[in-house]
Amino acid sequence: MNRFLTLCVVLASAVLSVFADNDSTTTTLPDFMLVGKTRPYEEVIPAQHLDGKSLEQLNSHNVADAIRYFSGVQIKDYGGVGGVKTVDIRSMGTNHMGVFYDGIQLGNAQNGQIDLGKFSLDNIEEISLYNGQKSDIFQSAKDFGAAGTIYLRTRHPRFRDRRRYNLNLTFRTGSFGLANPSARFEYRISDRISASANMEYTYATGRYRFRYRKLFPDHTVAWDTTATRKNGDIHAFRAEAGIYGRISGGRWYAKLYYYDSEKGIPGAIVNNVWKNSQRQWDRNFFAQGSWQKTINGKWELMANAKYARDYMRYLNPDTTLMYIDNKFWQDETYVSLVAKYEILHDWDVSAAADWQWNGLDATLVNFAEPQRHTLLTSVATAWRRNGLKAQGSILGTFVFDRSSIISGTQKLGTRRKHFHEFTPAVFISWQPFEQRQFNLRAFYKKIFRMPTFNDLYYTDIGNAELKPEYVSQYNIGAVYDFFFTRSAFRTLHLSLDGYHNRITDKIIAVPKGTGQYRWMMMNIGKVRIWGLDFTASTELSLPKGITLNGRLNYTFQRAMDYSDPYDDKDAAATYRGQIAYIPKHSGSAVLGGYWWRLNLNYSFIYVGERWHNSSNIPANYEQPWYTHDLSLSYTQPISKSSLRATLEINNLLNQQYEVISNYPMPGTNFKLILQFDL
Amino acid sequence: MKKPVLKAAAAAIIILSSTSCREESIIFPPEPNHVTDPAEKFSEIEGFYLLNEGNMGSNKSTLDRFDYSTGIYTRNIYGEANPDVPKELGDVGNDLKIYGSRLYAVINCSNKIEVMDAKTTRRIGQIEIPNCRFIQFHGKYAYVTSYAGPVEIRPDYSQKGYVAKVDTATLQVVDKCIVGYQPDELAITGGKIYVANSGGYMVPNYENTLSVIDLDSFVEEKRVEVALNLFRVRPDSKGRLWVSSRGDYYDNHSKLYCFNPKTEQIEKEFDVPVSAMDIVGDSIYIVSTSWSYQTMDNNVTNAIIDTRLMEKVCDNFITDGTEKSIKIPYGVKVNPLTKEVFVTDAGNYVNPGWLMCYSPEGIQKWKVRTGDIPAHFAFFGKPR
Repeated sequence: MNRFLTLCVVLASAVLSVFADNDSTTTTLPDFMLVGKTRPYEEVIPAQHLDGKSLEQLNSHNVADAIRYFSGVQIKDYGGVGGVKTVDIRSMGTNHMGVFYDGIQLGNAQNGQIDLGKFSLDNIEEISLYNGQKSDIFQSAKDFGAAGTIYLRTRHPRFRDRRRYNLNLTFRTGSFGLANPSARFEYRISDRISASANMEYTYATGRYRFRYRKLFPDHTVAWDTTATRKNGDIHAFRAEAGIYGRISGGRWYAKLYYYDSEKGIPGAIVNNVWKNSQRQWDRNFFAQGSWQKTINGKWELMANAKYARDYMRYLNPDTTLMYIDNKFWQDETYVSLVAKYEILHDWDVSAAADWQWNGLDATLVNFAEPQRHTLLTSVATAWRRNGLKAQGSILGTFVFDRSSIISGTQKLGTRRKHFHEFTPAVFISWQPFEQRQFNLRAFYKKIFRMPTFNDLYYTDIGNAELKPEYVSQYNIGAVYDFFFTRSAFRTLHLSLDGYHNRITDKIIAVPKGTGQYRWMMMNIGKVRIWGLDFTASTELSLPKGITLNGRLNYTFQRAMDYSDPYDDKDAAATYRGQIAYIPKHSGSAVLGGYWWRLNLNYSFIYVGERWHNSSNIPANYEQPWYTHDLSLSYTQPISKSSLRATLEINNLLNQQYEVISNYPMPGTNFKLILQFDL
Repeated sequence: MKKPVLKAAAAAIIILSSTSCREESIIFPPEPNHVTDPAEKFSEIEGFYLLNEGNMGSNKSTLDRFDYSTGIYTRNIYGEANPDVPKELGDVGNDLKIYGSRLYAVINCSNKIEVMDAKTTRRIGQIEIPNCRFIQFHGKYAYVTSYAGPVEIRPDYSQKGYVAKVDTATLQVVDKCIVGYQPDELAITGGKIYVANSGGYMVPNYENTLSVIDLDSFVEEKRVEVALNLFRVRPDSKGRLWVSSRGDYYDNHSKLYCFNPKTEQIEKEFDVPVSAMDIVGDSIYIVSTSWSYQTMDNNVTNAIIDTRLMEKVCDNFITDGTEKSIKIPYGVKVNPLTKEVFVTDAGNYVNPGWLMCYSPEGIQKWKVRTGDIPAHFAFFGKPR
């Protein structure tokens, strides 16, 4: 680690050129935009976005940390640099989230969960969150296929002042023994073609102090103990390379992604067990590409393709427990074709067809070696007139599963499962006053998730008879955008949405034992959710070149377990109990300020009281938690280059909290980031 | 314009942070429940402790207590009795026994046996045994099965279990005897220790033997084949052993065997699945949940076997129809004096379970919430 530090200091002193604008209001439109902003209101209901500067401001190491600042979102966080972090949107559960990387979905047919802790923000330029779906009709059938979607857009090359190349070197260090160097190189091959390469290495010991204590009712100390979180180390290497091109009326890209990590799984802290020794290895590779083109103004065409191979090994070497050394291999092949046709200038239709193949192999005894073909087809239409915009889509899903029935070395037969379903979605927005950016909006969507390979076929836990899990979503809301010219206020954005979700045949995963990726499947049944999302954001421009921005999110969720109507007799009853780990109240606030070369940022996250399960009794109670984070950065322009140094302090008040019971989170911690742009 | 908005933001932050603030955690107070009338005259059995297992990783093993003299069932008594123990009783309670004046709770995933005063449940100390499973006593020693014996890597990784011999005065392990893979219950009769080897980690190569250990020399003498994946072993009044198997969960399902230690022969095989059982006098009370991959469903049953007639004499000892509300029967215990039958229901394993008390006629007398996965009983009072 010290060597890295020295390297950075050397780099810092080998400083070169100039840094241009730190005026957040001058926006330079990038050459390549895949989602969102360039076509702001073609989407019937816009997303929550975090991009560029606002993403940089947040004290976030990975995508999961950043997503905490969206409303309606809960993160399951097992703590530490390498800890698993999964996202749950509007209480529907992690498996209903679709995560898209540069427009193509990240898959995990094995457990359906994307560990967003694995995705560093190093190469991410924009994160967008859509409830329901991205309400744009020019998209692949998969974009219609989840109950909520997160789009991660990586940085695509762009060049200031006719430059030929860009170079960025970053080094992060701090608490948990973190050493995290990364480099990005972008090269302009021609006016139409550019390429980029990005590499990152993360090492951390993952050690941190944590403290548990309990008091007597009179508030004298009953017990108080401090220990160090162990086996949370991580070594991770990530490399990405892409080539990006423009053609007349269109664009294309192709990219490679590789991730390789080894990490300790720190595990649950229980009586008499203060450390664990489970390890996990991951290797993820994918190659993907996209091409799109507009033909004579009426037709828009898009083609996407992807191949992914994932390897995971889980080792439990603890001789006091069951020895486990399991390896898993997953393959995924995916192609998609999309066509959009403009019938009238205010009426579009589109159709998409996607085909995907998934295979899973494992070293488990009697493993079923499942394979799945999924054919997705969508038809959609969008219509707008005056202030009214509407969009409707129907998704057809056809799933063909094949798995082996194996006993010992004998193959007893093949199990085949077919499933098909059509699911609709409708999105409407209305701008009643032409002069005001005030929009009313509503959507309805019905969707389901297939049981994952683990749900169905995991030896001993899997249940091949599982049904898909359905969600119906109803949303109504309003958004108001103010733009000011004379006041110090530049913008004010307010939005309020109320929603109701109904989940039926819910497959609930409960942690099973000390292996985080092992779960026990339960068809808990029914959940009904009433929720409210509020967001506000503003930008101010003050004298002396000071700019301020603020974001506020608040989420209310009443997520009730309707599974067992007979279990409603006493205080420990589960019927209508708040489901596991969903707070009724949660929210965040971010305040940032720019002055001269300085940027100061403060963020606050609040997650209210929760219960470990639907029986909302004191024994299952989990305290609220809230953290205050602060960061200060200074940018030094040097000729045409710039050097930026950032100091982050997280969990300022050193709160000792848990997101998941028995998984202690770190107290106050620091991070230092040095960033050099050539 | 600016100030009101900032004020609103500040107000919102204050509202957010005051909706509910974090408080210091207080030790769990016991939760008394009046479940039945105080018994004016009760037998020498004054009540019982019930150990809730708690789901793995949840650290929610808890101790409950019932007193005949008050008719009160009290949940979660360990915390108040032992407020100075970090992280309470522990993770996955697996066995509970009273021996002499002490209460022993085997806490599987906390790798310890909690030793408490049988009257006050005040902690006396702990015995450190990794992956400990079940406990029995003889003389001044406790005998504990453990999965965590020496490791072998030939050709596959495997790990034999052992029986630990523990001096109850010092709470130290004084000797170990290696047995089969993943040993579960043990029984001491006729100068021998009989250990049910399960091989539960060895899927599909389950064990099928009872280990026979000589009590004096503490050496394994032999292994006797009984059936696949043995679980429980209990002596009856005639010195025979009743051994249950879990089977392989596929074609070989759970069964019960009567084993004669003298002849080392199986006297009779009963096609009765066993989750939990209790032998009282000449009757074996059995409750069972068996999972079938053929039907993909749980099969919930209960039965009584008469050890004299060597026959199943009752297919359902609950006579008032309340057995239908039991989802996962997990523990059974019979008061040997009143013949009341206690049955626990573990529900879905993650929510609090139930304890039911049935009259000898099979009529439900009372029902109460327990902790998570109620399982193991220990009667207290005069020694029986």
